[in-house]
Amino acid sequence: MTHWLGPQEWQAVLLSLKVSVIATLASLPFAIAVAWVLARKRFPGHGLFSGLVHLPLILPPVVTGYLLLITFGTKGPVGSLLQPLGIVFAFRWTGAALAAAIMSFPLTVRAIRLGFEAVDPKLEDAAATLGAPRIWIFFTVTLPLIFPAILAGTTLGFAKAMGEFGATITFVSNIPGQTQTLPSAIYALLQVPGGEGAAMRLVMISVVIAMTAVLISEWLARRARTAA
Amino acid sequence: MSLSVAYRHAFPGLALDVAFDAPGGVTALFGPSGCGKSTTISAISGLMRPDAGRIVLNDRVLFDGRTNLSPQDRRIGCVFQDARLFPHMTVAANLRYPSRWRRGAAREMDRVVELLGLGPLLKRRPGTLSGGERQRTAIGRALLSDPALLVMDEPLAALDDSRKAEIMPWLERLRDEVRLPILYVSHSVPEVLRLATTVVLMEKGRVTHAGPLTDILSDPDLAPRLGTREAGALIRARIEGREPDGMTRVMTAGGPMLLQGIEGSVGTVLRLRVLAHEIILSRDAPTGLSALNILPTTVTRVDGGLVQLALGDERMLAQVTPRSIEVLDLKPGTACYAIVKSVSVLPS
Repeated sequence: MTHWLGPQEWQAVLLSLKVSVIATLASLPFAIAVAWVLARKRFPGHGLFSGLVHLPLILPPVVTGYLLLITFGTKGPVGSLLQPLGIVFAFRWTGAALAAAIMSFPLTVRAIRLGFEAVDPKLEDAAATLGAPRIWIFFTVTLPLIFPAILAGTTLGFAKAMGEFGATITFVSNIPGQTQTLPSAIYALLQVPGGEGAAMRLVMISVVIAMTAVLISEWLARRARTAA
Repeated sequence: MSLSVAYRHAFPGLALDVAFDAPGGVTALFGPSGCGKSTTISAISGLMRPDAGRIVLNDRVLFDGRTNLSPQDRRIGCVFQDARLFPHMTVAANLRYPSRWRRGAAREMDRVVELLGLGPLLKRRPGTLSGGERQRTAIGRALLSDPALLVMDEPLAALDDSRKAEIMPWLERLRDEVRLPILYVSHSVPEVLRLATTVVLMEKGRVTHAGPLTDILSDPDLAPRLGTREAGALIRARIEGREPDGMTRVMTAGGPMLLQGIEGSVGTVLRLRVLAHEIILSRDAPTGLSALNILPTTVTRVDGGLVQLALGDERMLAQVTPRSIEVLDLKPGTACYAIVKSVSVLPS
């Protein structure tokens, strides 16, 4: 397998998986919290908040990438604060993960929010009359009931993170072994003569990863329905 | 136990002003759909905050504007029309759900499972249960939350007649074996008659009458609210003995009666339901009738087509046409004979 793919391409595959898994898992708790707020809370500025969350979906990815660069770059307002703590995003794989997380966030939130909206609050009321505190009800009744929505959101977010290109290349560039994810590697290979073969192999790997993710999520959802 | 409810709440289109007291036993909150019964339940269980009022359960203030206990702190077991079981848990897990927070009830598990016949259902999921099984599970879960009051919001309304018939005996067992006060919301007369000891009548957001079931059934003003065909009183009768032909001699406040197909030993007190349209009135002592039960009574009230009769300290209702009222000259104080065509016996 390692001979079939050059070391540089192989690195791009592993980096993409690492970036996407971490981006998806790290943003999931925030996505659940934001989805809950959007689905259940009504407050002044609800529409504005919803718009902000969905911004990365509507903005050109290059714009999002540039905004990330000027915010989280080493001289940016957030980046300069984090740098003394040893947290650097610009031109690192962590930056690629941040870009992937931001870009996939609206999709994940949307799917989970639909899940929250489908849960009957009367079930939570019933749990309250049985003496369970709100937070306990959330973890024992609400979350298990929206598990399929969380899976759908996670799969969607992971797929988006795997495919993220514009914001990533703008924010962290395309450094082999550092920030060169699968899509950037395919793009780079297509820019040089004779790169089509390797590009094609990466394309096939992308398809396999995407299919595997969908199949795993289907399988988990089925298991949740029959056993949970 | 006593529950004292008084609250006001304004909805668009309906202003609620509800006040009643529920002593122990089963108190039925009865009224047409949309009269505010379910809102009253929500206010009592803490799922809805009324605009103003005071709700007290056994000297514990649940709500008075300043105090507003959360549903978690009220200890009111709720059984909803739609059961509201947790679909992702087995019946056993649903029943165990309250035990973490209401430890007092955890040891009651076996008794509740036995009382409601839940044993064979424990491993099943709510999705695979019938409507009746679902309600029994919901009742069990509410009982296991160690409640000081059990509140049931139309628990049978979503069930068809055969399922209702299946679950009714369990409710009666609950009333008779678990010494727990129950507030039972319903718009079904048969349910109220079988279960209730106290009735609170509601209409358009207000309580129009509250009192013992027998008083309401024998009140010519109120009885028609249960439907004309259902008007009629409940009277007590004590089994005195058995006749050679198998009939049972019972003693009522108005005199002896003979009943057919009665089981029970001498001394057992029965509740007899005497429908108003099953009574014929006669000014003179009737003779040559096939009816066996003829009780001497006195008219106490005349209201529309309903005549209230005194039977010792109990009251009965007879349905009579206005013409008969005029012809027989029925008015308070008139002595007459009540010919009782049939009675039904309610389990007590």
